[in-house]
Amino acid sequence: MLVERLRNRDEQAFVELVDRYAASMLRVAMSFVRTRAVAEEVVQDAWIGVLRGIDRFEGRSSLKTWLFRIVVNTAKTRGEREARSVPFTAVLDEPAVEPERFLGPDHPFYPGGWSSPPHGWPEAKLEAREVRDVIDGVIAELPSQQRQVITLRDVVGCDAEETCNALGLTEVHQRVLLHRARSRVRRAVERYMES
Amino acid sequence: MTINTISCQELVELVTDYLEGRLSWSDRRRVEDHLRLCEHCTTYVEQMRATIAATGRLREEDLSDEAKSALLDAFRSWEGG
Repeated sequence: MLVERLRNRDEQAFVELVDRYAASMLRVAMSFVRTRAVAEEVVQDAWIGVLRGIDRFEGRSSLKTWLFRIVVNTAKTRGEREARSVPFTAVLDEPAVEPERFLGPDHPFYPGGWSSPPHGWPEAKLEAREVRDVIDGVIAELPSQQRQVITLRDVVGCDAEETCNALGLTEVHQRVLLHRARSRVRRAVERYMES
Repeated sequence: MTINTISCQELVELVTDYLEGRLSWSDRRRVEDHLRLCEHCTTYVEQMRATIAATGRLREEDLSDEAKSALLDAFRSWEGG
């Protein structure tokens, strides 16, 4: 529907599409480039790409998937010049939880059981503004692919298939990156909740 | 017996596959059996769900008005061309 209207140069359709997706596209762009200003340019360039490509859009993927793929490709081109630095501490293979928090493999009853278990989080504290700042901060420091995956999946709300399509990842790789990213974010929230 | 059970340390590495519904039937059984008996891992999974929900509440950055009007200009010139 929206695609047809856009092809017919319906300005209202364009405005609706921008309202619906531009904020999410900006989020995705920000996961690739260093500054908000550059991210805004990426989103603008991506929309130009959308207009140029709409007549050739065949609908084999959903419009949403197509939009995110365009913003990702635009951001990648831009990002090569911007090369956002990844902190050196960002090890890909780190465990979800620090090994010190578990009993050793030789423990007589509970090898690999919790020695320092997690505590429940109070709902009210979880809703606080500061939690969102903590999450924003830790996502910004993630290795780039982890940041891109968690942005598409958990911030923007794409499903696994849409995320794989936009980023050009296999389903398994996407899931590994998501696991690392979510585990890190959980640890950061835990540190905040217990501070 | 031990062959059929998983430790807490193993569970925390399976939690994403579990939440994504990507575990084999037998692994899912192992995770669910473990969770029934382990309040700490149950708390862990709850924290993971809470983390995902909180990440979904990050403020949506919106495009600046400037950028939006530039887009509209682009649309109008595309229309004409």
